[in-house]
Amino acid sequence: MLTRRIIPCLDVKDNRVVKGVNFLNLRDAGDPVELGARYSDMGADELVFLDITATIRSRKTIVELVEKVAENVFIPFTVGGGIQTVEQMDTLLRSGAEKVSINTAAVANPTILSEGAERFGSQCVVLAIDARRSKDRPGKWQVCIKAGSEPTDIDAVEWAALGEELGAGEILLTSMDADGTKAGYDNELNKAITDAVNIPVIASGGAGTLEHLYDAIVDGCADAVLMASITHFGNFTITEMKQYLADRGIPMNL
Amino acid sequence: MIVVIDYNVGNVKSVCNAFEYIGRKVQLSCDPDVIRQATGVVLPGVAAFGYAVRELGTLAELIKEVASEGRPLLGICVGFQMLFERSCEYGEHTGLGLIRGNVVPIPAGRVIPHMGWNKVELPEDMDLFAGLGDAKHFYFAHSFYADVNDSECRVAYTEYGFDMQASVQKGNVYGTQFHPEKSGPTGLKILENFAQICEKKK
Repeated sequence: MLTRRIIPCLDVKDNRVVKGVNFLNLRDAGDPVELGARYSDMGADELVFLDITATIRSRKTIVELVEKVAENVFIPFTVGGGIQTVEQMDTLLRSGAEKVSINTAAVANPTILSEGAERFGSQCVVLAIDARRSKDRPGKWQVCIKAGSEPTDIDAVEWAALGEELGAGEILLTSMDADGTKAGYDNELNKAITDAVNIPVIASGGAGTLEHLYDAIVDGCADAVLMASITHFGNFTITEMKQYLADRGIPMNL
Repeated sequence: MIVVIDYNVGNVKSVCNAFEYIGRKVQLSCDPDVIRQATGVVLPGVAAFGYAVRELGTLAELIKEVASEGRPLLGICVGFQMLFERSCEYGEHTGLGLIRGNVVPIPAGRVIPHMGWNKVELPEDMDLFAGLGDAKHFYFAHSFYADVNDSECRVAYTEYGFDMQASVQKGNVYGTQFHPEKSGPTGLKILENFAQICEKKK
């Protein structure tokens, strides 16, 4: 049986892993290659590296980072942040990333998803959605772009469904309201999206306790759970997370 | 030396990194003369089937030739799928035809792509799995699977609402739908086993 995945997320800025709250107030959390290798040794199922500066200068740095990670880490990893073209996707996949995540560029130019899928296969194309509860439309979420700084009128659920249709093979779904709060995932959002698509959904934003992970999988129907704060700052080990979930009947690779 | 076929698709580098990490020298090449000298050949690939076949081009015939001489060949992911006769991913495409069977979509009614770590039952008589016990988890990421239809072929399965083909062995031709280079220590053991198979055949 396919197991549920535990995915530590490494937000990278100036070659360091950082973590904030609600996308702000960043704290240093270590060296990305070292941290990635450590998580791999600890039994993480997968890793996500996000270049949160995503400038032209950082683009070169992130390719070098991907190459270094790939020499040391033998579990799959996704890389994202500022990717705008199929050529950039190609460079990152060749450098050793298993998947690339596209966020702002897909909103600006949705065909990047279909072009990527046709060339690399949809399993390489991750649609990253940063979603925030809509103030005007209760029970709806709006898509935000440019690292969450720019709200759009796009409905997150509709966007996820369109993304699947265009060729995305997975959705990395971050609740901006929950991100870094350690108050639990937004499982209403997770459920709304997992109901709307048939591709795997990675729930992100808000993990604070082991029970939160369980709730995201059971109530949010997430295929994978992503976390940053609670692993980087030593609250729980990967094994503790997996053991807890396995004890509660979730299939895990232990 | 083992040659990893370099043909303009993703994950080629990861396969080389993994062999290097376990202390096995491999050469990344698309040079026919180098491939002809190989003790074993690895055909990796993260790509859509059609794109991969196009990029492989005339090397396909050479790989078939090397395999027919009895040298070990290991296909991984799309490299595994290309061992078969045909695929219908984004159009109809012809594979190497080394193993009878077609590459078809994973049936609807479950989350697709099949993405993540799934348990593979490991038959005792498949050389790639020597020393690994009776079942292990490996990393998969695919929307199509190989529907094997070859009585000479040994098959290992994973469960995804049906018994899905995860790995094959037909004589000296080996393949894994999963990614051994991304499946942690268990996956690295498979690459080590392949390296030993190549050594024995030398």
